[in-house]
Amino acid sequence: MSITIENLNKQFGNYKALDNINLEVNSGELLALLGPSGCGKTSLLRIIGGLDVADSGKLLFHGKDVEQRDARERNVGFVFQHYALFRHMTVFENVAFGLRVKQKKQRPKEAEIKRSVHELLSLVQLDWLADRYPAQLSGGQRQRIALARALAVEPKILLLDEPFGALDAQVRKELRRWLRRLHDELHITSIFVTHDQEEALEVADRVVVMNKGVIEQIGTPDEVYAAPATPFVYQFIGNVNLFHSREHAPWTQQHGDAVAYVRPHDIDISHKPQDNTALQVEVKLVRAIGSVVRVEVVADGSSEFIEIELSRERFDTAPLSAGDKVFIRPRQYRVFESGVKDELSAA
Amino acid sequence: MSQFRALSVLPGFNLALGFTLLYLSLIVLIPLSALFVKSATLGLGGFWHVVTGDRVLASLRVTFFTSFVAAVINAFFGLIVAWVLVRYTFPGKRIVDALVDLPFALPTAVAGITLATLYAPNGWLGQYFAAHDIKVAYTPLGIVVVLTFIGLPFVVRTVQPVLADVEAEVEEAAASLGAGRLDVFRRVIFPAIYPALLTGFALAFARAIGEYGSVIFIAGNMPYISEIAPLLIVAKLEQYDYAGATTIAVAMLLISFVLLLSINALQWWSSRRGNR
Amino acid sequence: MSQVSITRKISTHESTGVTLLLIGVALAYLLVFLGMPLIVVFTQALSKGWGLYWKALQEPDAWSAIKLTFLVAAIAVPANLVFGIAAAWAIAKFEFKGKSLLITLIDLPFAISPVVSGLVYVLLFGAQGWFGPWLQAHDIKLIFAVPGIVLATIFVTFPFIARELIPLMQAQGKEEEEAAVSLGASGWQTFWRVTLPNIKWGLLYGVILCNTRAMGEFGAVSVVSGHIRGMTNTMPLHVEILYNEYNFVAAFSVASLLALLALVTLVMKSLVEWQAKRSGEPLHHGA
Repeated sequence: MSITIENLNKQFGNYKALDNINLEVNSGELLALLGPSGCGKTSLLRIIGGLDVADSGKLLFHGKDVEQRDARERNVGFVFQHYALFRHMTVFENVAFGLRVKQKKQRPKEAEIKRSVHELLSLVQLDWLADRYPAQLSGGQRQRIALARALAVEPKILLLDEPFGALDAQVRKELRRWLRRLHDELHITSIFVTHDQEEALEVADRVVVMNKGVIEQIGTPDEVYAAPATPFVYQFIGNVNLFHSREHAPWTQQHGDAVAYVRPHDIDISHKPQDNTALQVEVKLVRAIGSVVRVEVVADGSSEFIEIELSRERFDTAPLSAGDKVFIRPRQYRVFESGVKDELSAA
Repeated sequence: MSQFRALSVLPGFNLALGFTLLYLSLIVLIPLSALFVKSATLGLGGFWHVVTGDRVLASLRVTFFTSFVAAVINAFFGLIVAWVLVRYTFPGKRIVDALVDLPFALPTAVAGITLATLYAPNGWLGQYFAAHDIKVAYTPLGIVVVLTFIGLPFVVRTVQPVLADVEAEVEEAAASLGAGRLDVFRRVIFPAIYPALLTGFALAFARAIGEYGSVIFIAGNMPYISEIAPLLIVAKLEQYDYAGATTIAVAMLLISFVLLLSINALQWWSSRRGNR
Repeated sequence: MSQVSITRKISTHESTGVTLLLIGVALAYLLVFLGMPLIVVFTQALSKGWGLYWKALQEPDAWSAIKLTFLVAAIAVPANLVFGIAAAWAIAKFEFKGKSLLITLIDLPFAISPVVSGLVYVLLFGAQGWFGPWLQAHDIKLIFAVPGIVLATIFVTFPFIARELIPLMQAQGKEEEEAAVSLGASGWQTFWRVTLPNIKWGLLYGVILCNTRAMGEFGAVSVVSGHIRGMTNTMPLHVEILYNEYNFVAAFSVASLLALLALVTLVMKSLVEWQAKRSGEPLHHGA
């Protein structure tokens, strides 16, 4: 089922949580809402799920307006950040809940409920935990049970709020892959909220980057990383160096007040000036981390550190050490007018 | 926010709040407003005349003085009890802990006749006082005894959880810096539990001021000496002096209100100082 | 230097002497103020033997006081239970203006002397009260009758269940209810299947406290009851009458029932606290 959002607004007191949001989610797609906390991503998710109401704007499921349909009629599966498992029910009863509260006519028979719950529990690979209580489960297990519970009512749309937020790094990685596989199997239109860029880039078909209630960019993981549309996206996704055109970025050929954004791995480093726009810097720190070498340099007459990443092979051809005077030049960069700078530093 | 409440998907708000407000108004607010309307019929002069009557003034003095003394006793011993219950283990501790709530559970009339019997000149405890020519029952001292009983759980129950939350690490840090045990208590532990102690004191105090059932059995109820204000209200009521009864009630409420407000202010001030 | 720091005692505990002294003081204090009164009730009640004890309890006036006490509690507790749940639902699960004022108002009856709690109903419904003449004209008796006793009892026990549930439900948040709704549950289904099971221990706790106070209330009830033997006397009021007639054995016999009720309350309270802790639903403590 596709989702269409048109001119959606939501205000909390004086605070604009969602500012004129327009978004098209394709049927069967796995979409990530990515942004820092307070950017409005969770509000958007809750409005889609019917848990909050927008002040104005349109929300369509498969072309039909669902504004008047409340949460229980939307056929949306919602997985909460802290799982919201019913603490007084067993895992089995948690998953069965959505089936048991159906109206008499639609309610499946007990045997049928039993069968589908066990099917779902095997799907999330936790069939053996059916009789446990939520308090007896690990975080990752609770997460998967919450997902099974949401899937029990056969939702057309699945919404996940920070699905891996409360888990430790190892479990996170595993669950991420597992969620991706599950989605490929079930093909339910899914939206998940996250503040972790790695998570969004690794799992989602498309990523929606949000900041302060506004959508900054919509694109595939590759697009948002390689071609950020705004300074915010540049900074939020991946590391970036800022060069102010006036002092340290002669190669931009820009005369006004502009800032160039350069990824650390897009910088060439050399003992001789590459051309007359190269910037002379002093090496302050060299550190090998796995397959990459991170070099920190400072331009003459500046105190700001510039971060450069080199592959180990490349580094080995021309080793550097602290104190070396070298020249740098970006292979790839993007320039934004300085007017947007304030917004950036707040991000 | 322009609207009265934030929207929510959960149902039943109107029903629940509507019923809550209706019930609150019928049971509490409307009856209480009757109190103020009634006392207003006397006018300020009449109000003042009743309140400054010798007998009323004496009863108010007895009420607030005995309540204060009882609350002070409870603050001191309640702190020790809370300390012992949190910090030490000894046989029967759980029973003792549960028993602390007895004054909440025991009807006040039962407490009254029991303590009156216990402290009567021929009672188990009263005889020892009598031997030294001290009368407990049927004097203000007796009032202090029952009010101490009535207010006993308040300080213990407010200090207990706060004391349990004081981290051992903080104490260890202080001790490792060379502080003696008394210093650690005075400088580290006491400041942490002081607001709770004050709250417990205020609750015990407030409860004692309004107490009636237990006091009348032990007080002797002698006008000017051991007659408490609530009893005077009942006496006026029995003479169908509604206005007089109401006036004393309002005066009590006003004084309690001012006292609790100043305790709150003290608490606010001390917690602000503590956070700096 | 290191020698010194090893031998110096790090004082994170009191010396044994101080410990024993503190325990001794605490226990002595509790014995004098709690233990001895409790013993006195029962020894006085049985001071003339079991025969007189039973006789005192079987006396018709005592019996009718017992029945009235249970009747009053049976009305007041459910009334405040329904109110408590409604108030807690509105306050804990929704955001609205004036919420903290509402919480303060709910606590109001605790700040008011029981005598005054009775007085306000006399002012409303007594012979010279606002509605007094009207009630008299229609031959309805509220004051010095059972309805007045019920009203006064509801007033003094008003906050018990609500103030137990409000912090508990606030702490539990509304995510589970939202999850239930998103899974298709109706309002009632959400309440019965999700909310109620989560608050059952807090609810029971509040009911126990409310019931104890309802059965034991003296001051407020005394003002509105009229003390008519066999008609409008609750157990605490009956204790007073017997005591004032110097019928100490009978007074303490009825009092011993109330004391027993208090002990049962304390045991149940501890059990509920223990159960609640076990099921991960920590209760709000305090008066």
